[in-house]
Amino acid sequence: MHLKKNIATSESGFIFNPATGDSFSANPLAAEMLLLLKQGLSVSEIKKNILEKYDVELSQLEKDWDDFAAQLKEANLLDH
Amino acid sequence: MQKLKYERPVIQKMNAGLMNKFGTRTEYEPVKQIDGVSVKSLIEKYGSPLFVLSERTIRRTYQDTVRAFKTRYPKVQFAWSYKTNYINAVCNVFHQEGSWAEVVSGFEYNKAIGNGVPGKKIIFNGPEKTNEELITAINNDSLIHIDHFDELYQIIELCDSLTKKPRVAIRVNMDTGVYPIWDRFGFNYENGSAYNALTKIVASGKMILVGFHCHIGTYMLSSDAYAIAVRKLSDLAWKCKSELNTTIQYLDLGGGFPSANTLKGSYLPASDTNPHIDEFAESITQAILQAGFKTDELPLLILETGRALIDDAGFLLGSVLANKRLSDGRRATIMDFGVNILFTSFWYEHKISPAQDFTHHTEDMVLYGPLCMNIDVVRDSVNLPLLNRGDHVVVHRVGAYNMTQWMQFIQMRPNVVMIDEKGNTHLIREAESLKYIEQLEKMPEHLSSFNI
Repeated sequence: MHLKKNIATSESGFIFNPATGDSFSANPLAAEMLLLLKQGLSVSEIKKNILEKYDVELSQLEKDWDDFAAQLKEANLLDH
Repeated sequence: MQKLKYERPVIQKMNAGLMNKFGTRTEYEPVKQIDGVSVKSLIEKYGSPLFVLSERTIRRTYQDTVRAFKTRYPKVQFAWSYKTNYINAVCNVFHQEGSWAEVVSGFEYNKAIGNGVPGKKIIFNGPEKTNEELITAINNDSLIHIDHFDELYQIIELCDSLTKKPRVAIRVNMDTGVYPIWDRFGFNYENGSAYNALTKIVASGKMILVGFHCHIGTYMLSSDAYAIAVRKLSDLAWKCKSELNTTIQYLDLGGGFPSANTLKGSYLPASDTNPHIDEFAESITQAILQAGFKTDELPLLILETGRALIDDAGFLLGSVLANKRLSDGRRATIMDFGVNILFTSFWYEHKISPAQDFTHHTEDMVLYGPLCMNIDVVRDSVNLPLLNRGDHVVVHRVGAYNMTQWMQFIQMRPNVVMIDEKGNTHLIREAESLKYIEQLEKMPEHLSSFNI
């Protein structure tokens, strides 16, 4: 799963797609996941990272990751 | 190392300068308790979903409303509208406060009698009254509000076999400038059928004509309409006195005052648009005082207010069953309560508050109930903080009509508790069971077994 190359993200959770002009706000966890994605980490590495840092069960994270991926796809932010 | 608090990831598109069809965010604080009793403890003890009624709010709302009228007019009597919420404990709070009973069926009439309301303090409304029910009401000296000519003649016939003269009023419908006119109940004022009914009652000599009743609509957003209704009823009262030599003892203005719930399709929340109860009180009482009655002949003002007295006192506690995403990307949240118990979600954009801490991040979502039916939508579009499976929510202002119009459909109806003024909780209606639901069913012998 890769973000489109031209998508701009900030640590505070602001996302901008210069191709469409759309902007989004992300909550802290979404912002963190996006930064990790931009750094080139794989999905499993990102999940491991989050599990170590946050108080969450794997099953919950799996569910929420899938939903997050659906949100990114819906927002047209992913490279197909 | 202690792990950080987790909140599931979400992104939200930012729209500058456009209206958001989901409306603005309204919830800034979780509602963790009702009258000092925690939502969590209520759900742990009584289950989810759960209806909760605040006795303190019922009494306070009633007293405030009565005060609004009694400070403006000397003779005021409220009659609790049973159909709005006829759980006996609720009715008795109103009766303890001094309210009579207003019923619209034999079933409700018997409920009021069972609660101990004296027969002469029961107002019997509605288009269906059987001979048996009318005879009981006549013998109990109840106030019978006649709805149509067939009922008028039905009572005249019954009077032949009774020694007691029934105390009757007629329901009058009229044009008050609010459309559509509620003309399916009662006798019309403008076309003369109301006066025609009055002449028949008086001419029969078999009934005591004591009052007029009207109920001009529901969820009325104009207090002026009530003033028009009072003027028309007062005009009838004058004609009654001058032409039929009968003095009317009371004017019953019915109900119809709105609560603070926001109607579906409203651009602004109800708190910004609905008239305050003082405005209704001012319009109604001023209209009677200006109608020309002598001071010693001022009619008793009866009010059958339901919704405005009980809506605020009712809460529905529920839990999140699941989150999902719809084909168009919208978030959908499935609650454990649906339209079967929250009937008013067909009319209102109910205010819904999370019952636990949340961050400032929100999502636009559709709130579904648990029924396997497409119509089970609690909110078409609502902006709420991120909810997870198992989280609790509080639905506000559900006291009116839900606990009477609810359906046993797919799911059973849940417990109803009342929190008294000291913060004690009382189970006032038990959750239904399979045994309760099936107790009226009968199985024909030939259908009692099968092999699959």
